[in-house]
This record gives sequence, structure tokens and C-alpha cells, in this order.
Amino acid sequence: MTEPIVNDLTIQAATVNGSGSQTANLVLTRAIFHMGIPVAPKNVFPSNIEGLPTWYQLRITPEGHMARSDKVDILVAFNVATWREDLKTVRPGGAVIHEEAFSTAEARTDVTYYAVPFAKLAKSKIQNDTLRKQLANMIYVGVVAGLLGIPWEAVEHGVRRQFLTKPKAVPVNLDAIKVGYDYWQDNFSKQDPYRLEPMQGAVEGKVLVEGNQAAALGALMGGVTVVAWYPITPSSSLCEYLVAYADRFRVDTATGEKLISVVQAEDELAAVGMAIGAGWAGARAMTSTSGPGISLMAEFSGLAYYAEVPVVIFDIQRIGPSTGLPTRTSQADLGFVYTLSHGDTKHVVLLPGTVEECYELARDAFDYADRFQTPVFVLSDLDLGMNLWMTPEFKYPDKPLDRGKVLSKDDLERLAGEWARYRDVDGDGVTYRTLPGTDHPAAGYFTRGSGHDEMARYTEGADAYARNMDRLSRKLETARHVLPAPLADEAGAPIALIAFGSTHAAVVEARETLAASGKPVDYLRIRALPLSDDVAEFVRRHDHVYVVEQNRDGQLFDLIRLALPAELVGRLRSIRHYNGQPIPAVAITEPLMQLEAVPA
Amino acid sequence: MSTALNRAGLARDAYKGAATTLCAGCGHNSITNHMVKALYELGVEPHLLAKMSGIGCSSKTPAYFVETAHGFNGVHGRMPSLTTGAHLANRQLIMLGVSGDGDTASIGLGQFLHMIRRNVDCTYIIEDNGTYGLTKGQFSATADLGSVQKKGAVNTFQPIDPCAVALALGCSFVARSFSGDGKQVVPLIKAAIAHRGTAILDIISPCVTFNDHDGSTKSYSWVKDHEESIADVSFIPFFEEVHVDYEPGTVRDVQLHDGSHIVLKKLGEDHDPTDRQAAIKVIEEGRAEGHLVTGLLYVDTKMDDFATTEHIPQRPLKDLSQDELRLSRDQFSQFMSEFA
Repeated sequence: MTEPIVNDLTIQAATVNGSGSQTANLVLTRAIFHMGIPVAPKNVFPSNIEGLPTWYQLRITPEGHMARSDKVDILVAFNVATWREDLKTVRPGGAVIHEEAFSTAEARTDVTYYAVPFAKLAKSKIQNDTLRKQLANMIYVGVVAGLLGIPWEAVEHGVRRQFLTKPKAVPVNLDAIKVGYDYWQDNFSKQDPYRLEPMQGAVEGKVLVEGNQAAALGALMGGVTVVAWYPITPSSSLCEYLVAYADRFRVDTATGEKLISVVQAEDELAAVGMAIGAGWAGARAMTSTSGPGISLMAEFSGLAYYAEVPVVIFDIQRIGPSTGLPTRTSQADLGFVYTLSHGDTKHVVLLPGTVEECYELARDAFDYADRFQTPVFVLSDLDLGMNLWMTPEFKYPDKPLDRGKVLSKDDLERLAGEWARYRDVDGDGVTYRTLPGTDHPAAGYFTRGSGHDEMARYTEGADAYARNMDRLSRKLETARHVLPAPLADEAGAPIALIAFGSTHAAVVEARETLAASGKPVDYLRIRALPLSDDVAEFVRRHDHVYVVEQNRDGQLFDLIRLALPAELVGRLRSIRHYNGQPIPAVAITEPLMQLEAVPA
Repeated sequence: MSTALNRAGLARDAYKGAATTLCAGCGHNSITNHMVKALYELGVEPHLLAKMSGIGCSSKTPAYFVETAHGFNGVHGRMPSLTTGAHLANRQLIMLGVSGDGDTASIGLGQFLHMIRRNVDCTYIIEDNGTYGLTKGQFSATADLGSVQKKGAVNTFQPIDPCAVALALGCSFVARSFSGDGKQVVPLIKAAIAHRGTAILDIISPCVTFNDHDGSTKSYSWVKDHEESIADVSFIPFFEEVHVDYEPGTVRDVQLHDGSHIVLKKLGEDHDPTDRQAAIKVIEEGRAEGHLVTGLLYVDTKMDDFATTEHIPQRPLKDLSQDELRLSRDQFSQFMSEFA
């Protein structure tokens, strides 16, 4: 037997969707996390209710790498339909736990097999007829726990934590896990090098949160009161979490009244329309969507931009075009969302790169929307939104809500009614608005998506149109200096990476790998559009700058090129990953090393 | 012009808006005048009025009444979603939506249906001329089968009747009228505003430029010849005493949510406005006989409106304080600890 490999391995469970396998995966994840070991789970699931292949990757590293691994150390093969293909993914020397009935004839000889009669065990050992199918998945949790040496106490914790709100389910699940755990002890001796040992200090203060949970909490803390949405993967869970949190935190216990309205709309057109109507009337309003939904919101986004209505729009990106791969991740909406709608339109776009930022930027998006009276897009993605991520606990907000330039009745009295909805009195492009219901004769104005002058009157006048459009540019320029600045991590390296969103995890790991091989690289992470001036300055300090992103056409690369002075454009290079799977570090290190080998 | 002050202390002029830019003689301008009269007589406070619209000739009209009120001229066919959102943000507002037949029965049909399904508290006026005026005279989806365009083209499709559709969906207030019949339109607008729920008011409103010729069933002369009112409509607001001097048995009295009354005086056959099947029947019979049936077709004062169903407080959601909106520090740290 070779040297033991401790706390540094990737488990891949290949199962069938709709069978309850996700619950088993999460129990395993929580058990290992409870041992103090960093975990990074990725769920790869089909657009289907029941019966299609699904995979769950649980990456375990002492460093806490959170990007997807391109290697599998331990395969749990539960799905005969994908068995042969799944087997190919295992690293030489890896371990394979598989259903005994799957044939290993002519299979690879460079891996260790542990054949387990899962179906027979489920039939003979699980008494609960109705839950047998679901509980069968728990048997493999027990086998893996035995194989890797996960203490029973950690398994118990994982089950209790997973069934926090359903404590009755704990014993029956533990019994099923015990079946696998005992089977391991009774039938196998360890033939592979992988094992888990409790760690100290690696996950202290950390929690496991999905990006969509974080964004829902952020929206709640940002003071959202009107939410309208239409179900679509991978954004649905954001509003579903919001519904659950609202039921818990936004019900007036004295009256039973809800201090929030969450509407499941008839489509994405209505969803964004309701949010914009609410934003116009003074509520903090939002919608959340993905894929085709963001296309449908284009027209209304233009209205909110031009009529200057605050609204927050979450786009949890999936891979397109069209229906695309509805359950696969992507960063390919960046360019589209930035200028969403016809005409000269440009939006504020926030780009969370961690679940903590999903929380913070979701929360702050409402301030930006009110402050700049414009739609604010929060661009997350399936990987960030729907997977569990290890994160430091989120911080309680240290700033009050910023409701922007809103004139009250008293303000209007003080001004003797002298105001104009679209007059730029402060020179920052941001004008003052009044809300419907303001009891002053000068408060009312007519909001429209057609041409308007400073007084909000209809006009097709050339000068008034151009003046208004110039002011809108000025407003975005004001916003540009206030939005979250790029985060730089520099140590004077000649080459650097630029990335945004969920690509961050792979960049962090890639930099460690590159540094270890004598090629340190600096890093700038973009957190908002329009781009900060810091980007050009960062490029100026480096010989080569690689823009890494998860889309085919290098959308951020293009935006940065457009923003750079001509003499810097040649320093930019593009690394793209676009197969629907979260980007692994190797998808950065390999092309970077290849491109570095090419003379400039 | 009356200078008498209404309940809100305002003269009728306070309900006027910018000068209309629609064609002289447009039915929509008449409706605008009816709107001014209705809002003035109801004593609506302008700052509580929200005038909502989509796109088209009809949707321009909110600029032509109550200039001091807030208005929102949104995108084509989407007035209902904007209205729903604004209403949720502030239940105190009186939501008054103005739409057209293209805006409602074609591009906006989906939102029209779903607003009714939710019974959002608003008045929804369809200024219905069976034609696309701004784009110069194409048929709309409410144009009658066989009606003729100005240049001679014949409509070969069945019309969508917004009232019939609304009734089929269980809309809580459905009425039809004619822009030239102020005596009927004004009380219906008032009743629609007093009603709590979605009130659909389909007002046939001839397009003088593109659809006011022989062969059109939305022309002044056709409607004048074919209008059949099912009852005389009077509206008595909650702040006036009910005083009816008709013979017993010749009137129906419907009390609305705010205490107002609609008083319907029988004309010929009696129509019970609380009987949905009868309303559908009266529309179908009118259609078969080539009549345009006008009046209050149906009203249900028992159905909960959307905000009530959703347990939204009367206090505007937009006014909630930071302390009511954010979790407390304790709640927040307890919540975070549950992710461990």
C-alpha cells in the first residue's frame, strides 16, 4: 500500500436524480465539515424531475480549495446507466465503491474496487417500504464513512444538521447509514490510500451557505418589500428562500400581516413589471431570473433605465443561448445584461464572487438602485447560487438604508413647490423624485418611457433628448466611482489575472499552483460594471494580463479592451471556459502556461 | 365650468390635465372629460391617485386629466403589472389604469387576465375603438367579424370581447359603456373606483380618423343605433345619503365596499348584476341580435382583493422603517449560526 493521502481527495457520487441522493450527499458533506475539514461540494444535475443521471462532487482539501476538481479519487457508482463512463473519470490508484451487480469484467485494473450489494442490503435491511428508495442512498454514506474513517459522531451530526427541521427523520436515516457502515467493517479491508482525519483551525468561524440563500438574506437585510418572480432554474431557490425567510421574519405577529409581498407572476415580463411598478411607488423591489427570463426582461429594463425607476434584478446565470443547458453554469450574460434593452442603455451591474458577496451586494443593490434611480443587476450564476460554499459568517450591516434623493411634502414646501423631476441640480446626473401619495400639489409628475424634458413633459425635441441622454451618462459616471471597487492582490509579478464572479475560486487555486511552480501572478477581481479606472491602472502595472471568464466570447475581455487606452490593449489575453461545468483551476493554469510560452 | 368645491376642497379645474394631442372628435377625449367629472364629483384627492397606462392613443390620456397626480405611462400591454406593483407598494393609492383594445386584447392579454385572476384593487378602463390608431388603422383583436377597415379590408377573425373574457375569469366588476354616453360612463367610473377589486370598464370609443365609417361596428353612428342599455345607472357616493324615489321593484341597489351605492333602474327586461351566468347570457344575446349591450354587467362585492388575500397591511409597505425591515442583531446571529 502506498503513502496515505489525508484530507486531500475528491469524492464523486454518480446517482439517479429524484432518488434522494442529494440528501445523502449533503449528510456526507456536513459530516466531513463537522470534522473541521474544508469541503467544496458541486452538484451536477439534469433538467429533469426523476430518473436521469446526476453527479455530486465533494472536494476535500486541507487548503480549502473551492473550485471544481477535474480529478476523481473516490467514485461512488450508483447508476448503471453511466457506470462505464463514470469509471473513466477516476484517477489511477483511486477507489471505486459500486453496486455489486455492476460488471467489472474488462474494467480498469488500476483502481481499487469495493463491490457493495446496495440493492440487496436495501431490500433486506431497510424496513421502511415507502422510504426504501431514498434511504438506499444513505447506505453509501455509511460505506464511505467506513472507507474514509469518518467518526460515527460526525455522521450523527451530519444527519441531525441535515434534518434540522425534521428531527423525526434522524433515526431512520442513521439506521440506513449504519447498514453501510457495518457492511464496510464486516466485509472489507482498506486497500486504498485515502483517509480523513479531524483538523483544527481550518474551518473555524465558517458556515456552509448557498449563494441564493445568501442573496435572499441580503435582500431581506436590504429592506426589500415587494418581490415578483417567475420560476426558472437556477434562480428559483433565491425567491423560495426569500419566501421562507419572510414567513419567519416579516410577519407582524400581532396582526398576521405580512411586511413584504412576494408574488409569483405569470411570466418574467409581469415579474419585472411588478417590481418596477413597486419601485416607482417607493418600495424596495426586486425580481430574480435566469436564462430566457432575462431576455424577456429587456424591454422593461429599458423603461426603468430611461424613466429612472429603482429596481433590483438578480440574474442567476445558466448557460445559453436559448434554453441552453438549464442546469449548467455560465457567465455569458455579462455583455447582454450590461446594455439590456434597445437604444443607448447601460446598467449598473454588480458581480459577487463569493457567497459572502452574494449577501453583501444583494443587500447593497437596493441602496444603489435608490441612490441612482436605476435598475441594478446582480449577476450571480448556478455554481455560486445553487452550491453550498464555505464562508465566514456574514456581517451585520453597519450602515443605515440609503433611500436616495426623495422629496417629501416638507421638502416641497420648503422649495415652494419649485422642483423638476429630471433637473440635475447637484451636477451628478442624479435628480430628485417624489413618490405617489406625497400630499403636495407640486409632487405629481408623469413618468414615461417616451421622450421627456426636465419637467417630465412629453417631448420629441432634439436638444431635450440629447440633454437627457447626456445626463444619464453623467449619472452612470457618478455611480461608477461609488460602486464596489475591484479587489487587487498584487506582489509585483509581471503577469496577472483578471476575473469576476464564481471564477474567483478557480483563480485562487490557480495562483497557488502557479506560485508553487515559480510563476507567481497578481490578481484583480472585478466587482461591478461600469468598470473602475483601477482596471486600466492595474493593466499598466503588468506585462501580460489574462482575463479569465466562463463564456465563449470573452465578454469581460472585450469590455476591458474597450475601456483601456490603446497602448495597453496589447497586454490583454483571454482565457475562456464554457462547457457548463464550473471552471477548474487547471483550465486557467494550462492555457496560461501555454500562452506564456508564446513570444509576445 | 363649475367653480363649486368638492369634498376634497377642489374645483373641477383641479382635475384637468394637459391639452389633449389626440384627434378632434376622438372618443377618448370624451372619456377624459367623463373621468374629470367622475373624479371631481367623487372628491378624489389628486395626490392619492395613480394614473397608469400602457402604450397607444388610449394610454396617452392619463396626461390629459388630473395633472397634479402621479402617472406612469409604461410599456405596451404591461399596465397591469406596473399597477400591481405600485399597489403593493402603497395600498393607499387609488389605482386607475387606462388601456386600449390593442394594449389589452392583443399584446397585453396575458397581464389583463392575470390581473383579473388576482383581483388587484384597481379600475381598468379599456378605451376600445377596434383599431390601431397610432400606427394608422390596422384592425385590433376587438374588431368585429366582418367589420370593414377604412380602405376596405374586411376583418375575418372573431373578436375578443374583454367583458366576456373578464366574466369567464370571474372578474369582480364588469361593465361596458359608450364614450358618447356620459350619463352612463360617469357613474360607472365612480362605481369602478369605489369597488374594491379589479373593475373592468370597456368603453366603446370611436376612432374618428380610422374607424368611424360605414362598415365599422365601433363608429358613432353604429353604436348610437345599436346600443342597448340594460339599466339606468346612478352612483351615490358614501358621503351622500341614499335617496331613491323610484317605484319599488324597478330598481336594484348594490352597496360597494366603501359604503357607496350603485342604483340601477330597470329598462325592459331585468338584469341581475350579481348573476354571472345572466351577464354572460345578456352579452351573448346582444351579440346574436347585433346589439351592443351596455351598463353594469356584473359585480361581486364579496370577493377579497389581492392585497387582502396576501395579508398586506393598509400601511404602505414603502413606509416601513429600517427596524421593521432588517433582522435584529440577535436574530441575525442566531440565523447565521444555523448555517454552521
